[in-house]
Amino acid sequence: MSIHPILSALRRQKTGTTLIALQIALTLAIVCNALFIIRTQFEQMGRPTGLDERNLLMAATTQSGINSSTDAGKATLDASIKADLTALRQLPDVIDAYETRSIPLSGGLWGLGIRMMPSGAYGSHTTYFDADEHTLATLGLRLVAGRNFRSDEIGEDDDFGVLQPAVIIVSKHLADNLFPRGDALGKPVYFTSATKPSTIVGIVERMQTSSTYSGTDNRTWDSTLVPMRLVTPSRHYVVRTRSGRLAAAMQSVPAALYAQDPQRVIPDGSGGDEAGVRRFAQIRAEAYQGDRTLAMLMGIISIILLAVTGCGIAGLSSFWVGQRRRHIGVRRALGATRRDIVRYFLIENALISVAGVIVGILLTFEFNGWLMRQFELTRLSPVYVLMGVVMLLLLSQGAALAPALRAARIAPVEAIRSS
Amino acid sequence: MFKYYLQLGLRSLRRNPVLTALMVLAIGFGVASSMTTYTVFRAMSGDPIPWKSDKLFFPQVDAWGPNPRNGTEPADAMTYIDAVSLTRDHRAHLQSALYPIAPTVHSDDPTQKSRTAPGQAVDSEFFPMLDVPFLYGGGWTAADDEQHARVAVISKSLNQRLFEGTNSVGQSIQLDSHSYRVSGVLDDWHPQPKFYDLATTDAFGTADQVFLPFTTATDAQLATRSGFLCIKLPGPGWAATLNSSCVWIGYMVELDTPSQVSTYRTYLEGYAREQQASGRFGWVPNNRLRDFSAWLDFEHVVPPQTKTSFVVALCLLLVCMVNTVGLLLAKFLRRSGEIGVRRALGASRLAIAAQFGVEAGTIGMAGGVLGLMLTWLGVQVMHGSLPRQFAALAHIDLLLLWQTLLLAVVATVLAGLYPIWRAMYVRPALQLKED
Repeated sequence: MSIHPILSALRRQKTGTTLIALQIALTLAIVCNALFIIRTQFEQMGRPTGLDERNLLMAATTQSGINSSTDAGKATLDASIKADLTALRQLPDVIDAYETRSIPLSGGLWGLGIRMMPSGAYGSHTTYFDADEHTLATLGLRLVAGRNFRSDEIGEDDDFGVLQPAVIIVSKHLADNLFPRGDALGKPVYFTSATKPSTIVGIVERMQTSSTYSGTDNRTWDSTLVPMRLVTPSRHYVVRTRSGRLAAAMQSVPAALYAQDPQRVIPDGSGGDEAGVRRFAQIRAEAYQGDRTLAMLMGIISIILLAVTGCGIAGLSSFWVGQRRRHIGVRRALGATRRDIVRYFLIENALISVAGVIVGILLTFEFNGWLMRQFELTRLSPVYVLMGVVMLLLLSQGAALAPALRAARIAPVEAIRSS
Repeated sequence: MFKYYLQLGLRSLRRNPVLTALMVLAIGFGVASSMTTYTVFRAMSGDPIPWKSDKLFFPQVDAWGPNPRNGTEPADAMTYIDAVSLTRDHRAHLQSALYPIAPTVHSDDPTQKSRTAPGQAVDSEFFPMLDVPFLYGGGWTAADDEQHARVAVISKSLNQRLFEGTNSVGQSIQLDSHSYRVSGVLDDWHPQPKFYDLATTDAFGTADQVFLPFTTATDAQLATRSGFLCIKLPGPGWAATLNSSCVWIGYMVELDTPSQVSTYRTYLEGYAREQQASGRFGWVPNNRLRDFSAWLDFEHVVPPQTKTSFVVALCLLLVCMVNTVGLLLAKFLRRSGEIGVRRALGASRLAIAAQFGVEAGTIGMAGGVLGLMLTWLGVQVMHGSLPRQFAALAHIDLLLLWQTLLLAVVATVLAGLYPIWRAMYVRPALQLKED
């Protein structure tokens, strides 16, 4: 069948044609970008932290009334931390435990510059975590080179002051970042304001920082473990439980801590506070809540959009069929088959859709560019555009099918019937 | 006439229920998605102190000089040294340094567990500057600031827990290892975004429960519970922290007139120049004095995800409107014959426009009602899925109700403009002839 009569028919209903094409173009632009945002969010959320996440929990606790800036106060706190840890490690539900201020995804970023010399430009930046000889075992981190900390290497961190431990363990990402030739092990580095070097004695395969934010520099994988025990009134205990004992440990861990000091604070999560004892799944869910909501919203909006566009095309197509009953009747009377009529409407729809899709592709990249400028999104991959194009062409044809079939049922006698 | 058009409209809408339903659904969903994301956006970009926000300013003094972290933009928080100097010079009408604290509240009742009370260390002028509402008593005095007095203002909820809601002014509470006299109890007060504490903390945290004098809190060595940024790390000990170039203190001033603002700018310039002359700053003065809205913007109070969803939802509404244009056009032009008869019988073009305008408006209203129900549903879903601190913010009020209906009607009538125009210019003769 020649396209010519279809084109000339389209020319006579310019407005309707333009509206459908415009709607397809806009829908394509939005759905492609929405799908891309969803994919980006899911990619972010799916990244493993490098920890053994299933059996981990973290308990926040504060002991007040002890002045940590005096030597006596420090000694009291230090003794209390050691007693807490001993009590926790003796629990039947617990495999191991250590004390720190943050773990991957828990929020609270403690960052430092890192360089090869005590002065000059920083080679990189890192998030550091307080750790001791129990940390690797508790978190389930995999050491790929070097060794763990020894208990005699663990110093005191009083929250302020220059950080310059003699030894450190870094993530492989940071090691490769600092020493691209892969010879980081045994090399000295200097933290912000430090005058003494810290030697890299161990490298762990993967360890995410405490923030989920991942810029283009991938700094979210640049973690450092420092052999320090935080000696301050507010601290966190990280506990690895026996398999299947996580729920029990959620009760026994705070009970054991209260048994050590009934006056301490462990927030119970009431009154809008964050709960003091959280399993890692909760920490992960909270860290990614914003991303998950965004993905969900984009999904809902895409579905509504496709539905509205589909219905709109179906509505206008059936209006056209209604308008051209006599015309269809004449064609049928002149020998056109039902199949010819269906084909006519589907080709008409395809022409409009293709025009819409072409404009839509341009709009899609425009919209993506705007999102990139405004919200630090990455560039849209053409695969999503292709997916969107196929989806919209199918949707459009599907929406036009029912009116086209209805048109095919119009009897030739309509040609002579007065409207 | 309106009533007649309404009847005509309703009859026409009933004639093709599918087309009508399509339009109502499109408008309903378009409006609902926009309004749902808008409730969240509105809550986050809100001004919790509209009667005074134009008088509140946030000074920044560059204590770091040009550096790789911030470039040439001064840090948003202040060093202890600068905060104390600004307070001592007292050049604004009202002013306060502040930093977030988290003392432990001990209860006399041994069955009650100790709890951490989030709060702020502030100067006495904080309360009049922010028009903080009091249930009992009031803030402390400037003399209390100077004498580093152990006084406290507590929130209604903390008062409820410690004193069962009775007037506790003059009573004492135990915070960490010191006891403080209660000078006032706040009424419900939880401004969101928490504009006074943006320099170091998130905008949507829990309400502050305890306020202590800034001087007293630093005396008691209460550390900040939040941001503490250093370009050069301090030595050990509290004194070293106070004397360091680390920034951890927020600062606010109230300036009532433009001339006060420019005077204060000059003062900040002079202060930084003094520091440069004394050798503390090795760079030319680099200050900012942002007003309220510039400050909220600078602190990125509205997360990019909220903006993205709002923009995408607006685009959805746009598509729904394009959709409605097409469907209304189909609907109106199908009735060309009817229009022809009415025009031939003497109806003016304006009358035709009014008739179809009323019809479009009716669809808009129906879409608006559907949109309202869907918005309500949407907000419920958002409550379940947003981070806890944002969820409480998103709520439907009377204003939102009207806005939803208005948006629906305006969107539909806008979408109807072109179809109405086409209907107005249907040529009566042609229609009558064809029939």
